[in-house]
Amino acid sequence: MTAQPTAAPRPDTGPGDGPRTPVSARKNRVRRLSGGDLVVVTLMTVIPTLFVLVLVWFPAIASVLLSFTNWNGIGPLNQIKGIGFTNYVNVATNYPPFWPALRHNLTFLAVLFLIATPIGMFLAVLLDKEMRFSRFYQTAIYLPVVLSLALVGFIWQLIYSRDQGLLNAVLHTQVDWYGDPNYNLWAALVATSWRHIGYIMLLYLAGLKAVDASLREAAAIDGASEVQTFFRVVFPVMRPINVIVLVVTVIESLRAFDLVWVINKGRNGLELIATLVTANVVGEASRIGFGSAMATIMLLISSVFVAVYVSIVMREERQK
Amino acid sequence: MSRPSTEAQYLASLIPPSVAATGIGRRSLLRGALAGAGFLGASGLLAACGSGGSSGSTGATPQAASGTLTFGSNQSDAVPKQAYAELVTGFNDPNIKVTTNTVDHNTFQENINTYLQGQPDDVFTWFAGYRMKFFASQGLVGDVSDVWQNLNGMPDPVKAASTGDDGKQYFVPFDNYPWAIFYRPSVFQQRGYQPPKTLDELVTLSTQMQKDGLVPIAFADKDGWPAMGTFDQLNLRINGYDFHVSLMAGKEAWDSDKVKKVFDTWNRLLPFHQPASLGRTWQEAAQSLQQKKAGMYVLGMFVGQQFTKGADQDDLDFFAFPEVDSAIGTSAVEAPIDGFMMAANPKNEAAAKKFLGYLGTPAAEGIYVKSDPTVIAVNTGADTAGYSKLQKKAVEFVGGAKQISQFLDRDTRPDFASTVMIPALQQFIKSPNDIDGLTKSIESQKKSIFTS
Amino acid sequence: MTTTLTPTTAPAATERTRRRPVKRIVLHVFLWFVALSWLFPLGWAVLNSFRDYAYTAINGYVSFGGFTLRNYANAWNQGDFGLHFWNSAVITVPAVVLTLFLASCMAFVLARFSFRFNLTLLAVFLAANLLPPQALLVPVYRMFRAIQLPAWLSSSGTLLNNQLGVILINVAFQLGFCTFVLSNYMKTIPAEIYESARVDGAGVTRQFFQLTLPLCRPPLAALATLQVTWIYNEFFWATVLLQSGDKFPITSSLNSLQGKFFTDYNLLSAGSVLAMLPVLVIFFALQRQFVSGLTLGSTKG
Repeated sequence: MTAQPTAAPRPDTGPGDGPRTPVSARKNRVRRLSGGDLVVVTLMTVIPTLFVLVLVWFPAIASVLLSFTNWNGIGPLNQIKGIGFTNYVNVATNYPPFWPALRHNLTFLAVLFLIATPIGMFLAVLLDKEMRFSRFYQTAIYLPVVLSLALVGFIWQLIYSRDQGLLNAVLHTQVDWYGDPNYNLWAALVATSWRHIGYIMLLYLAGLKAVDASLREAAAIDGASEVQTFFRVVFPVMRPINVIVLVVTVIESLRAFDLVWVINKGRNGLELIATLVTANVVGEASRIGFGSAMATIMLLISSVFVAVYVSIVMREERQK
Repeated sequence: MSRPSTEAQYLASLIPPSVAATGIGRRSLLRGALAGAGFLGASGLLAACGSGGSSGSTGATPQAASGTLTFGSNQSDAVPKQAYAELVTGFNDPNIKVTTNTVDHNTFQENINTYLQGQPDDVFTWFAGYRMKFFASQGLVGDVSDVWQNLNGMPDPVKAASTGDDGKQYFVPFDNYPWAIFYRPSVFQQRGYQPPKTLDELVTLSTQMQKDGLVPIAFADKDGWPAMGTFDQLNLRINGYDFHVSLMAGKEAWDSDKVKKVFDTWNRLLPFHQPASLGRTWQEAAQSLQQKKAGMYVLGMFVGQQFTKGADQDDLDFFAFPEVDSAIGTSAVEAPIDGFMMAANPKNEAAAKKFLGYLGTPAAEGIYVKSDPTVIAVNTGADTAGYSKLQKKAVEFVGGAKQISQFLDRDTRPDFASTVMIPALQQFIKSPNDIDGLTKSIESQKKSIFTS
Repeated sequence: MTTTLTPTTAPAATERTRRRPVKRIVLHVFLWFVALSWLFPLGWAVLNSFRDYAYTAINGYVSFGGFTLRNYANAWNQGDFGLHFWNSAVITVPAVVLTLFLASCMAFVLARFSFRFNLTLLAVFLAANLLPPQALLVPVYRMFRAIQLPAWLSSSGTLLNNQLGVILINVAFQLGFCTFVLSNYMKTIPAEIYESARVDGAGVTRQFFQLTLPLCRPPLAALATLQVTWIYNEFFWATVLLQSGDKFPITSSLNSLQGKFFTDYNLLSAGSVLAMLPVLVIFFALQRQFVSGLTLGSTKG
């Protein structure tokens, strides 16, 4: 998946909600649902839920189950043999690309978390003013988010190519930015950050705009400088959004796939867990059980952060 | 693994693509159909084009072969697609209508598992080798031994490559191409080089080439599979064909001294290979051969796709990979065979077998080989009059081989080849000095895969 | 204010007005630099898409000249863009419509009624949004292959290698986000409106279609913009679930394009620009909806 659709909750002191109906009145309405209405409401609930359960949750559980087998994709399901944790042991000890892939994912995480996301936040803060050209700046920085990551890979190839790329032509070097394992991860990270920064910028900007203006005015009257205002007043108030932004960063770095796959299918320095799973499972290799073990590892790591994200959003929901 | 497709790719890069062959009648038909129908109806129309009107005559006698036949092809580039269209027209059976379903080359290969277990076409393109035997043993492809009864002119090694583990034939070969060391005679003549016959001569020649400012051996392994060619050649020369086949079948230890010797020899030759190979595609390496920047290249005959027709291609020649062990010699040739197979339960078995019988004839092979001068027909009865010098030499070369191997990723389990060997060989190229660690890792991974 | 204070405030005011422009100018310069460098890679691709390969092969890329429109025509024909754009449309439009419809239904129920499982459901939906698709690949693959479909619905006989399958999986993945955003918005619809409709005898269905949906036009427009972009750009599922080359949407066909045009970067640029045109058009035309869609969860409407 290319972009990371997330819904950020409002900051703690956002503007108020619409008028609320008392809970008792709502419960009354529920009890008084007639037969026809009940059918409709049931359908409206059940069908979307089925979509999500059958097409997302069930496969997730099935993947976990498959990771305990040595299935190779051929043959009926009832002939699949269970082999316990063998796949996991093999992944950890008997598969050279795995630990480099994990390291690369962590590098992704570190760069996105320590460099790209703060830059995005910084740009958002800069743009959170009344100024001319603001629309232009936002559009320019946000534009890469609209592009698919595969396209981003192609665009940057024009810059990174060893023989025809702009970078080598300008720097008079012969470096194969995409092909040299010492450089290609960083080249991919630059391309990813190009996109990631815009995304974070926009999320954060939206959050900033929702911060109550009166808070800032109060700080300004107290004589706080802009920097002080931001760090002492605005930033703490943006806590939910801050956490969301961080969770988005983590999840994006775990799911990094499209760009790297388009470059060289995730080899030679660009190994990532997602590409390893795909390489093992898609195509003739068909190491389903083995690939599922790595996929389950991905799921486990993601679920920690997904849980954090969901609990924060749910807490906001409950407060409404 | 991405097999190279034919000249088309090369042509497309040189000549304005408006010149590229059109042969897209079926495509524009589809486009019109798609535009006219809704999205669901569109799929339905595709179904109608593809598999409609089957006669469902399984087990019909060959005399009663009629109806429609589906033919799955992976020749997706313009020129070979056109050649296959001519191939089908050449079949010329009034009772049998053949519909071709073309899928992109790489995609076809990658999806072969689901394809075979789903609803494969009656006849489809594939390769000889372990994978073919694997599918046969799983019962995913049909037995075509009776087609072989009427196939003449197929050399024994080719027949062996088409036979499954149970002794029956499952594959009808079509064309193949040898792997060897390719060079440009003009360069050799100009510098006074001689094709080396032994490993030591190769080293001497490479040293001389380096002094003369050439890259001795072009090399590229961005896609992961080209380096397997070099491994195969070395293993065939150092340890012999039988050991090679056995190793591919998972029956030998990868950390044995025999295999380590292969890597050691390769390590000795690595300084003569083009550097930074992991970021280079085989096409780019072939171009450095063509531009006379490199002296030699261990590749298949498809290297010729990067040379222009005419004088350029005429200035391309090959010699067998030099001998390493005089007891083994150079009689084994690596020549992957492309051909066709039949589905396990074809909708029209009689027609399928008749079509396969046609495909095995020299005439049919000739139709295709005419369009692609980098392959040769398998059938010894094929008309070689129109062959280029290179093709004629290839025919002799492959014809004189005592044993034919199919290339690593076709001779062994695909999951071993793609998830173990590709990273392993790339790792070797990156750090060639840790051979013990590398072979130990390959062996333990091999054990976990081959026993599952 | 005594007259003594005025002289002190006046210079302070002019000092402030003098300081602000400088800071502002620095800010603008910086932002211009950032914006231009952000636009540069894209601009470079666009520039080169208009250049002849023969020219750049000789003069290199750091040159000026050799402009032509031929790359676009070639890319369109060789890459079979007409077919692939159609495939993209076939996948994107129904997926977006279905997603928004189902999400509205679910959001309606969540916003209007407070069942005990509301929050759990929302959590289930949201979390589904964030799972890595690679982890779900194999079961989805086998499931789709096992679902038999009549020939008129699927040329392959199953849900695999079928655009319908790609549509369905995209819907499942996008439902979480859309449901969340829409339910937030729907909660701002006052209950009195529903009450009066119910008193008038309108059932839930009529309330939904005649009250809720029309009122939700802003978020629906915003989400539609976002979803079209995301599903159009979707790469993974389209690549693994579709096997016939002629069913590929534009993003996955770009990959094979790279194989065909591997040396001709100008042709590849033209192809890339063509591929991103629909999204760019939507983005520029509907920028406001786009931005508001992303931020609907965090701000009020």
